[in-house]
Amino acid sequence: MSLPFLLEIGTEEIPDWMIVPALNNLQDMFQSLLDQHALGGKVASIAATPRRLVLRADGLLEQQATKKERRRVPPVFKDLATSPALESYLRKNQISIGDIYHEGPDHFYTKETSGQATAAILARELPNLILKIQWPKTMYWNGKDSERFIRPVRWLVALLSDAVVPFEIGGVHSGDTTVGHRLLGRPSILVSIENFEQQLKSNGVILSADQRRDKIETEIAGLLAGKGLKVKPDPDLLHTLVYITEFPTAILGGFDLQYLELPQEVLTTVMRHHQKYFSVVDADGNLAPNFIAVMNTNADPDGLVRHGNERVLRARFNDARFFWQVDQKRNLEARLPDLSTVIFQAKVGSYFQKTERIVALVQALGGDRNAQRAALLCKCDLTTDMVKEFTDLQGVVGGLYAKVQNEPKEVWQAIYDHYKPLSMEDAVPSTLNGCLLSVADKWDTLTECFKVGMAPTGSRDPFGLRRAAQGIVRISAEGDFNFDLPQRGELTEFMRDRVEYYFRDVRGFAYDEVRACMATGWNDLLDLQRRLKRVQAVRPTPDFEPLAASFKRIKNILKQADYKDGSAYREDLFEPGPERDLYQEIRRTEGQPLESRIGPLRPKVDLFFDKVLVNAPDPNIRRNRLALLQSLLTEFSDVADFSEIVTER
Amino acid sequence: MSGLSFQDTVFALKKYWSDRGCIIQEPYDVEVGAGTMAPETFLRVLGPQPYRVAYVQPSRRPADGRYGENPNRLYKHQQLQVILKPSPADVIDQYLGSLKAIGIDLGKHDIKFEEDNWEAPTLGAWGIGWQVMLDGLEITQFTYFQQCGGFDLDLVPAELTYGLERIVAFLQNVDSVYDIEWAPGVRYSEVRFEDERQFSKYNFELADVAMLWKLFDLHEAECQRLLKAAEVVLPAYDQVLKCSHIFNLLDARGAISVTERVGVIARVRKLALGVAQAWMKQYQPQVEAVA
Repeated sequence: MSLPFLLEIGTEEIPDWMIVPALNNLQDMFQSLLDQHALGGKVASIAATPRRLVLRADGLLEQQATKKERRRVPPVFKDLATSPALESYLRKNQISIGDIYHEGPDHFYTKETSGQATAAILARELPNLILKIQWPKTMYWNGKDSERFIRPVRWLVALLSDAVVPFEIGGVHSGDTTVGHRLLGRPSILVSIENFEQQLKSNGVILSADQRRDKIETEIAGLLAGKGLKVKPDPDLLHTLVYITEFPTAILGGFDLQYLELPQEVLTTVMRHHQKYFSVVDADGNLAPNFIAVMNTNADPDGLVRHGNERVLRARFNDARFFWQVDQKRNLEARLPDLSTVIFQAKVGSYFQKTERIVALVQALGGDRNAQRAALLCKCDLTTDMVKEFTDLQGVVGGLYAKVQNEPKEVWQAIYDHYKPLSMEDAVPSTLNGCLLSVADKWDTLTECFKVGMAPTGSRDPFGLRRAAQGIVRISAEGDFNFDLPQRGELTEFMRDRVEYYFRDVRGFAYDEVRACMATGWNDLLDLQRRLKRVQAVRPTPDFEPLAASFKRIKNILKQADYKDGSAYREDLFEPGPERDLYQEIRRTEGQPLESRIGPLRPKVDLFFDKVLVNAPDPNIRRNRLALLQSLLTEFSDVADFSEIVTER
Repeated sequence: MSGLSFQDTVFALKKYWSDRGCIIQEPYDVEVGAGTMAPETFLRVLGPQPYRVAYVQPSRRPADGRYGENPNRLYKHQQLQVILKPSPADVIDQYLGSLKAIGIDLGKHDIKFEEDNWEAPTLGAWGIGWQVMLDGLEITQFTYFQQCGGFDLDLVPAELTYGLERIVAFLQNVDSVYDIEWAPGVRYSEVRFEDERQFSKYNFELADVAMLWKLFDLHEAECQRLLKAAEVVLPAYDQVLKCSHIFNLLDARGAISVTERVGVIARVRKLALGVAQAWMKQYQPQVEAVA
């Protein structure tokens, strides 16, 4: 008989961003439990709200199959002669002499172990399994050294078919009773596997995240229909709202037109990050004086929730406007000395010191007066009330302030953009000065953090150094400023990895092409990019891979011969035939782009290796041939080290 | 006007929690930045003895002052602090009940619990919890304490910190805290505006930096002396609170450089941890006696 199983772990509100990974972890561990104990069955579904993790499985056995094992009787009882020792052996293994059979010279019996009941195994294993779910941070609630979980466990439902699987976690006993929505449901609801989801629904809980998402999206569309308005898409925010609610309901709110005078960046940040509202735009994409909030309840009959949210938003906007006005009392430059009290990193020092370094770096990189001015002012917004309140807007606020303080566009736009790109999807700065400043800031962060031993390890990268390095790589490859990547010090390997990752995983070049081209050099990423494109283009031509294979051979020959002689070959020593032909072909095509040399050179190289013995007995001839091969390698090496290309030969 | 007055809200909450076994304490009379710092929380959460207390704590944050010009920011705001040690299993239901007690019809509003863990490095304290959002407004900080004074807590207390000005402004539907009706016919501004204006001026402009540093050193030395004498813990803790407030003043005054900052925080922390240890030492014999 195959049985269905239902588990619900009821807790207090779990942080939204932790729910999906934990649920997946629960699924994996439960499936392993079934497999490991041979209980049959598969996890059928998982679901969660902020207050519950739910897992269903189907096809579980009622109990494990009976296990039959062939056991060998120890040789000491070989003749099965009656003895106290044999008697004791039979007793211990609960067999009689008749159960024993011969096979060759040995004696065996069949040991049968009846399987354990699935319910018993689950009851024994589940507490541990549940407490092993991985969370970024856990707590205890029953006193020191008690069990830990993400939030207190408040109820447990565990049903195998229609029977409770009994166990206990922190004083909570599993049962067949769940808990509804805090405001819309009853606190104690008897459930069965069949009616579980339906019972939850009639108690204000939509268990399926997809259904909650659909409900939000449908309602938003309904609220905006016919108004000429659209919601600003925000998948991350939607995900948060889906997992912060058990019964989401969208409402439309508004704010006074006067607040549209504030920068859109500020308005959107307030709505999104502080209030978890969607912004609304009109047909032209301009911010409309509206927002969408998502409640965790079914209705707002008296408009109190909308009114309350509008009131909070008004206060937030007033704050922002107040910050804006107060911040203008001291311009960015006047704030410069205050940066000495803002810590960049405890071991590295203040933002004032960082500013001094960035200015010097921008200057060294050839930045003009405007670029240097932007560098001088770029961190000053850290002391403004606006950035203290809306930290995500660092840089953006500085740029906006610089603009109203009459700095030229070449200055304010650079400040505005200098944290960009914030992610792989984010754009690089839009101007030369922005690129320059962004690179200088990031390079300074990298070098200073490495200097005090804060290089990222494994998945830990608290200072976002990988992101900073990736930003430099992207700006150099895509932006207006091409940073000449220094090739020394302990940062070299770190940067090399970022460059390789970028061209391989982000830009999609083949890994061996990336290696081949990087072997030639990667300090100039535009140059690297051009070479990559050339190699990518010639790669499919018929002569390329055979030639690359020959290059690998050349490299090996030179290596084996330990050839380090840099001197030129002597033309008079070339023998007529394949050797001289190759030499002449090299000379003939000298200076031509590799694209046109590959075709004619390939047969000559092949023939050379076919007919000519590089390791000639005469040391002068040998040396001369090695010199020829070396020159061939060198002539192509300004594009790539083709011996790095992986070929089938 | 609709909704309870400021003082009636306080009365209602105190009555509600008193009915649930809390001692109703009066505010601590040394400057603190938050209700958590009052000894009724910082020291009482330590050790194995159950405790339930509620009190209003005026909380001073010099850097938050706005000269009375900002409708929502205050140098000194009032927190209603509740400690339930150990936290009961129905603590959230009890909390929701307290909102009903001050006239909030939960059936007509939206309540959310959003992750917000609390940490106070200077107190060696942290906890797990939420900010409670009512129609998009943060009205309460809810924390399960895990550690305090560097000690794992024997019993896990639930700490509920109500931001009274916000809640009452919400109840009374006013946009500025200064428009709150404190008592019938008396506005918040009449009670507190001058306070905000004058202390903002003092904190940002007038406080004598050299004197503050001197005071900091004196209070620190006094705390160390008391800890060494090992006879009294509570007076030593007062000295920690003095140091902490002076640090906040110096910070608001912009008088602490980067290099100093880390060091000063470490000095306050060291004192706080010393006090917690001394407090726990008082407890240990009793614990052993019970065992």
